[in-house]
Amino acid sequence: MSDTSVLRLKKLAKRFGALVVTDDLSFEVMPGELHALIGPNGAGKSTLMKQLSGEIEPDGGHIHYFGRDITRLSAAKRARAGIARSYQITSVFPEYTALENVATVVQTRVTRGAAFLRRAAGDRSLDDRAMALLSRVGLGHVASQLAADLAHGQQRQLEFAMALALEPRLLLLDEPMAGMGTEESAIMVQLLKDMRGELPILLVEHDMDAVFALADRVTVLVYGRAIASGSSDAVRRDPAVREAYLGDDGDAS
Amino acid sequence: MLNSGQLKYVTITIFALLALFPPMTAAMDNAYLVPGISRILIYAVAAISLNLLVGYVGLVSLGHAAYLGIGAYVVAILSAHAAEGSTIFGLPGTAQALISVPLAVLTSGVVALVLGALSLRTSGIYFIMISLAFGQMVFFFTVSLERYGGDDGLFMYAGPNRLAWLDLSNEWLFFYLCLIVLAGFWLFCRHLVGSRFGRALGAIRQNEARMITLGCNTYLHKLAIYGIAGAGAGLAGALLANQASYVSPDLHHWTRSGELLFMVILGGTGTLGGPLLGAAAFLLMEEYLPVLFDALGLELLSEHWRIVFGPLLIIVMLFNRRGIYGLLARREGQ
Repeated sequence: MSDTSVLRLKKLAKRFGALVVTDDLSFEVMPGELHALIGPNGAGKSTLMKQLSGEIEPDGGHIHYFGRDITRLSAAKRARAGIARSYQITSVFPEYTALENVATVVQTRVTRGAAFLRRAAGDRSLDDRAMALLSRVGLGHVASQLAADLAHGQQRQLEFAMALALEPRLLLLDEPMAGMGTEESAIMVQLLKDMRGELPILLVEHDMDAVFALADRVTVLVYGRAIASGSSDAVRRDPAVREAYLGDDGDAS
Repeated sequence: MLNSGQLKYVTITIFALLALFPPMTAAMDNAYLVPGISRILIYAVAAISLNLLVGYVGLVSLGHAAYLGIGAYVVAILSAHAAEGSTIFGLPGTAQALISVPLAVLTSGVVALVLGALSLRTSGIYFIMISLAFGQMVFFFTVSLERYGGDDGLFMYAGPNRLAWLDLSNEWLFFYLCLIVLAGFWLFCRHLVGSRFGRALGAIRQNEARMITLGCNTYLHKLAIYGIAGAGAGLAGALLANQASYVSPDLHHWTRSGELLFMVILGGTGTLGGPLLGAAAFLLMEEYLPVLFDALGLELLSEHWRIVFGPLLIIVMLFNRRGIYGLLARREGQ
């Protein structure tokens, strides 16, 4: 076996009744690669993300993760194996502070057995790590604010910090820039740029500028099927992509 | 509004006043009040245990009284066998609280783990319904338990248990036992909700799907707290049996579960002090509303005092979602 990929999809299929949302989809994410997944609304991007994180079971095909078949592994087990995801719709713990949100993730990863009964608040072994991650995503100054009180963009950054706190070996990002202002998007793009090469990332994103600026490779999904896969430039020039998605008048570049 | 530091002193003061309560009543010739307060302390334990589920994990259980009743029945059944000199499962009965109370706690906890293992497969409204169904199942089980009185209930002819050499039929002694149990259970729960386990439970309440994708086995977390809450209710039940020297299926009728839920919500969910205040308010109103109407000469209302009691509870809940505790305490940063 010379499979060096982090994630490999083999003929993955998912149907909701007669609707085919994932259609014999195959592609892979290589180590250190930022692989972007684009496609028009309804292309099946979010459903695919859910299958990869284990929230939805595919009807056919296989998902290999570091060479191991994880198609039937539960979401919790995949998370423990190092697959972290962020959500299209912000998914944090609103009644906890930013610091507690990240500390909750840190403790979930490290706590075993009797350590569950250790006092949580003010635990330096959790808080130090959580604080470092918050600072990294630019939220150090709002660590003690409730997550519910953070601005939308800040919540997305918080979510990113939570994903990193899992010390993932693969990051699945579902539209991290969704609903963000230009300024907030720029912060996020910079964050992802800094991460490049450090961690393989599968990114679903609508913001084309961000995708073409960041991605090492782009796969275009239409009706659950990959119609093109390659470097940003190659995909941008692909006639099928231009027709199906970017529009042929060429204003997408 | 008080901050958390001040609340700590308020709590300590309340417990100190409770500790002085029996001598105070004796001095004022009101000694008959002591058992009533003991009852409040016992129900506070039950309400705190239910609040572990409702307030901290968001699991609304309508069958919590099942575990209250199981704890009570264990004590009563063991006492009955001791009085008869007969055996149960090949073992003699006992009237020794040092044995019967831990057994009651253990039994309630184990039953809670078994029923929880099944009912926690569901969530939301389905969990509420299945907890109600299991609660009623336990109710009908004891109704059909002819050997132990069926729906007539079971008298403990030998009276309350002995605690080591102490006789629990002594009202003062029993009061202090309840106070110590409540304080101990309170401290236990305070540690529990402040632990990493407690933080994980809070996170599950806020966003369970997220906890799962973080790699947390939320089912096991919920099962663990369900077992602990059941054991806590069993502890309260064991005390109730000792206070009344009588148990009946009434103890775990679903309306009792509803009352416990009322105490929790009335007092303030997700707080430790709330259920204690809720239990006190609920039981005092139940006790003194008829007396009040009687004194006011409202004969009809003193007989049908529930006509006032019900709407009163509804109004409190409509206009004060955070309960009595919410009136006292500032919203916590946590």
